Amino acid sequence: MATQSSAITVENLQVVRGGKPVIADLTVEVPRGQVVGLLGPSGSGKSTLIRAIVGVQIVAGGTVVVLGESAGAPSLRDRVAYVTQSPSVYSDLSVVANLRYFADILGAPRSDVDRVLHEVDLTEYADRRVMRLSGGQISRVSLGVALLGKPEVLVLDEPTVGLDPLLRRDLWALFHRLAQQGITLLVSSHVMDEASRCDRLMLLRSGELLAFGTFAELLQQTGTSDIEQAFLRLVEGDAA
Amino acid sequence: MNLRRPGATAQRVLGQLRNDPRTIALLLVVPSALMGLLAWIVSEEDFDQYGPPLLGIFPLIVMFLVTSVATLRERSSGTLERLLTMPISKADFVFGYAVAFGAFAIVQALVVSGLSFGIFDLDVRGSGWLLVLVAVVDALLGTGMGLFVSAFAATEFQAVQFMPAFILPQLLLCGIITPRDELPTALQWVSDVLPMSYAVDATQQVMISATATAEFWRSIAVVAGFMVLALSGGAATLRRRTT
Repeated sequence: MATQSSAITVENLQVVRGGKPVIADLTVEVPRGQVVGLLGPSGSGKSTLIRAIVGVQIVAGGTVVVLGESAGAPSLRDRVAYVTQSPSVYSDLSVVANLRYFADILGAPRSDVDRVLHEVDLTEYADRRVMRLSGGQISRVSLGVALLGKPEVLVLDEPTVGLDPLLRRDLWALFHRLAQQGITLLVSSHVMDEASRCDRLMLLRSGELLAFGTFAELLQQTGTSDIEQAFLRLVEGDAA
Repeated sequence: MNLRRPGATAQRVLGQLRNDPRTIALLLVVPSALMGLLAWIVSEEDFDQYGPPLLGIFPLIVMFLVTSVATLRERSSGTLERLLTMPISKADFVFGYAVAFGAFAIVQALVVSGLSFGIFDLDVRGSGWLLVLVAVVDALLGTGMGLFVSAFAATEFQAVQFMPAFILPQLLLCGIITPRDELPTALQWVSDVLPMSYAVDATQQVMISATATAEFWRSIAVVAGFMVLALSGGAATLRRRTT
């Protein structure tokens, strides 16, 4: 069972899709109040693992426990926030109409809408329809929805794709501010250079956990100087 | 029951509709124009016979199409999956849609029947308000059926094709083209279990009787029963967990 200190506990998780195992047998424990990066190439099972943690994935075996409850439990629905890879907001509504609607569903105060607009830097686009925004702005609207209310765990599937470096830096700063408030963030990325911004890293390949540790630990363990190299070393070590 | 979530959902759906004025115009103009066309091409007697059933059938077809496309969009855009990770029940979601489209159906029924009675000289023995009631219940039935079938459509092309598949057989068997008691026995049985047969029957009761008959209320009750069934079926197709 999960201890108080861990936000997410995955044990022997198996996910099968179309007769093929996407995640074979994965065990990992994510501590609270950290920014944990989930890194791996496209098709490595990042999104599937994320979906299992949020509780929207049908799993073939194993357990996923989030904040002491079984993943997807009704009591977690306003404690775990989830941002899918492709932005899931209403493109025919304005930014503010989207945020207001999801705030109402979450039972969050309307004042949250202004706070979130500020956090994702969309205040000046508040009344613009989502379909008239750029790709990066749309993914910020989607991220904004996840910041409504008081989530204790934020699960973000590639939230920084297509954003300019300035904004990416600001968002990572926001992630760390949230972590300091005790919120746990699981952030997936296929961009290895985001690794150094995470408190802890999970390296995933073909549905298997290659490594889990801090940036420094992984570099030390593999005797490499950057995470790309470390990844290669781990894959090759795995094969040997 | 907490009405905040279905209320917010209804408001959101109507907001999306409001942002799409061309669809609103089509939803109001098309049935009105078709009623006008019918009044123009058939005799006054025939118009009084075919007009009222059409007043009930339009909202059913229109809301079926609108809902199946709208929910399919929710499914494919990921907004449905996101909503279902949040504290909203499936009933809240379905109820929100039903309230929004029910409200719109009232406006549509008022416009189309207003024009039919006021300008196209439609004449029925019973109260025109009863026809508005039939139209709204039919619209909600269409919403429920649209919600239900959208679960079986992977693309918008498929969703649109469910309209002829679901609606046209009912149109053929509902008693407008051939009275139901003149259908072959096997088809009468089929007709007996199709909701549109009762929707049309309710309008026919308004045509022939000055007051609401017991059969009118029975037919309305049957349509309402199908509506509850379709909406529950629609709710049952919403899945919090998928492969």
